[in-house]
Amino acid sequence: MNGQTMYDRLFGADAHTLVADGLFLHGTARIGTQEVAVIGTLDHAAIDVSIALRIAEAVLHVVRDDAADGKPPRPIVFMADTQGQALSRHEELLGLNGYFAHIVRCVDLARRQGHRLLTVISGEAVSGGFLAYGLMADRICALPKSQVRVMDLRAMSRVTKISLERLEELAKQSPVFAPGAENYWRMGGIHELWSEDDDWSACLAAALGKVASSDDRAAIGLERGGRLLAAPTAQLVANP
Amino acid sequence: MEQFSLTLPSDALPQNIASATLCGVVSSGNLEILVEPAAASDACRIVVNTSAHGFRDIWEAVLKDFARRHSVGGLSLSINDAGATPAVVSLRLDQAFETCRGELA
Amino acid sequence: MNGLQISYFEASARKRLSELVDAGSLVEFCPPEMRQTSPHLAMLDAPLAFDDGVVTGRASLSGHKVLIAAQEGRFNGGAVGEVHGAKIRGLLDRALSERPAAVLLLIDSGGVRLHEANAGLIAISEIMRAVLRVQAAGIPVFALVGGSCGAFGGMGIVTRLCTEVVMSEQGRLGLSGPEVIETVKGVEEFDSRDRALVWRITGGKLRRALGEATLLVDDLIPAFRTAAAKLIERYRAHPPVPADLDELLGAQAELTERSVRFAAARDGREIWQADFAEASRVPEMTVAEFNALLGEAA
Repeated sequence: MNGQTMYDRLFGADAHTLVADGLFLHGTARIGTQEVAVIGTLDHAAIDVSIALRIAEAVLHVVRDDAADGKPPRPIVFMADTQGQALSRHEELLGLNGYFAHIVRCVDLARRQGHRLLTVISGEAVSGGFLAYGLMADRICALPKSQVRVMDLRAMSRVTKISLERLEELAKQSPVFAPGAENYWRMGGIHELWSEDDDWSACLAAALGKVASSDDRAAIGLERGGRLLAAPTAQLVANP
Repeated sequence: MEQFSLTLPSDALPQNIASATLCGVVSSGNLEILVEPAAASDACRIVVNTSAHGFRDIWEAVLKDFARRHSVGGLSLSINDAGATPAVVSLRLDQAFETCRGELA
Repeated sequence: MNGLQISYFEASARKRLSELVDAGSLVEFCPPEMRQTSPHLAMLDAPLAFDDGVVTGRASLSGHKVLIAAQEGRFNGGAVGEVHGAKIRGLLDRALSERPAAVLLLIDSGGVRLHEANAGLIAISEIMRAVLRVQAAGIPVFALVGGSCGAFGGMGIVTRLCTEVVMSEQGRLGLSGPEVIETVKGVEEFDSRDRALVWRITGGKLRRALGEATLLVDDLIPAFRTAAAKLIERYRAHPPVPADLDELLGAQAELTERSVRFAAARDGREIWQADFAEASRVPEMTVAEFNALLGEAA
C-alpha cells in the first residue's frame, strides 16, 4: 500500500493535508470532527540530525500555534516509520543522542500542555528511531505488517553467540527478544494492533478517546502476560 | 549454565554477620559471591551457578580449601560465575570473607 | 590504596557508589539478596547477576538525601533488560514521593540488552518518561558518565534528558557505538580500534566543548563526588523547572546552528578548532587546563 492510500484510509481522503517532504511527513487531518496535527517519517527513514530537527520543530510549532490562537491543544498523531537512527561518525560527533533527547523534551512539553499524543506505526519501528518519538506517545497503535524490533535474530545470533535455530525456537515461547509488533503488544509497548479488515479511521478515533497521559505500559505488559517482572520490580524499588 | 551446591564442614565464624554482602562482578573470567548468614553454625553452604561446564571437581577442591583455611561455619555463599580460573575464584572467596567480616554488626 | 586515587573508570559500580556517597549511608532497594535476576538471561543460558547489573538505593551525599542508581558496565556491558530497567524506573518513581535533593544516575551502559531487547527498549522509554516526570516535580536528575561502557543507545538519550551531565574525559557519550557503525558502514567510516579517534568523537572533552556535558571532571571518584555535591547545592537554591516553549525554541535554534556550523565535521578536532586557539593541544590537556580554557573554574 502506498503512503497516500494509507493516509486516506486513516484520515479519510478529503480530510487531510499531509505533505511528504523527503522522508519527513507533516500536515493536519481530521479524526471525526477533531482536527489533529500529524508528524512523522516515511519509507523506513533513518533518523538523522536533520530529520530529528524537523520532527522537534513541528512539535514545537503545534504547541506554539495552538497557544497563540487560544485554541484547545490539538492531538498530535505521530506516524512512525523508521529503520532506526542514522549510523555515521558525523551524526555521532554532533551528538545525535542529544538531538533525540531534544525531540523527547518537545514531545513532553506537548504532553504537559495538554496535547493528546498518539503513535501509529506505519512501517518499521526500530530501536533508537522508535525511542526518539514513537515510543514517547501516550498510546501506540500498529498497522498490520508493521515491523517492530531492536535487532533481527540473525544479527542477535552473531552478537550473543547463540545459534539462530535456538533463538527461533525460544522466540516461540517468549516475546522478549524476537522482532514483531505482536511481541511488543504482549509486553505493553504497543497498545493496539489493527488488522487489514479494521476500519482504521474508526480505530484511530477510538484510540484517541483512550489516550491517557500516565505511563501504565508496565501494568499492561503484566496484564497481557508478556512482561511479568517490570511492574513488580519497579514497585519493589519504588514502594517496598 | 551448570548448577550445584555443597555443604562443607567448617569451624563456626565467631560472630553473626549482620547482612548480606556481595563481592565481585559477573564478567568474562570473573564471578560474584553473595555471602549471607545460614542456619547451621558448623557448616558452610555453597551454591554455584557457572557458565563453565564440567569443572565441578575443581570447584569442590577450591571450595574445600577455602572452608579449611577460614572459619566459615554459619555462612551461606551463592556464586554466579562466568568462567573464572581457580586462582580468581580463590581470591574472590578470600575477599568475600574479608568483606563480610568487615561489616560485622 | 589511597581513597583519593581511585579511578572512576576502573572501579565497579558498587565501589563507585560506596566512595561517592557519605560513608555507610547507602540503603539499597531490591538488593542482591532478593535475587531479582533476569529470567530471560536464564532462558538463554547466560550468566546472571543477583542485582541484574544495577544497584539502586538511597544515600546521603554531603549530608543531602539522594536516590541513586549505578549501572555495572562489566556485567553485559551495563545493558538494560526488563529487571535492570524496572529498577531504575522504580527509583525514579520513588523520587516523586521521597523528594530527595537529587537523583543520581551513574550511567555505564551500551543501551538495550540484546538477550531481552524488546523489554529493554520499552524499559528505556519508561525511564525517559520517568526522568522527565521527576524533573517536572522540581527534583534534579544528574547523570554521571565515566565508566568503561560510557552512555550509549537509549541510555545516551536518557543521559541528555538529565538536568546536568557530569563526565570525565574517559567517559563516552553517544547513540550508536563505534563498533556498531564500523560493522554496518565499514572501517573507513569509523575505525573503532582507533581509541584516540573514538575519544575525539564521543569522549568527555568533545561533549563538554559542545555543551552536552555540563561539567568535566578528573577520572577520580572524589572528583565526581565533589561535582555532584556542588550541583546539589546549586539546585537546592534553584530547583529545575520543566522546559517551556521559549526554552525549547532556543534549544532548537542552538541545535540547528550546531548542525549548520559543523555540517561537514567528522572529527572532534574540527569542533575544538572552531572555538579554541590551542585546539591541537586539547587531547593532552589536563582537565583543569581544559576547564580553564572553557573559561570556568576547575
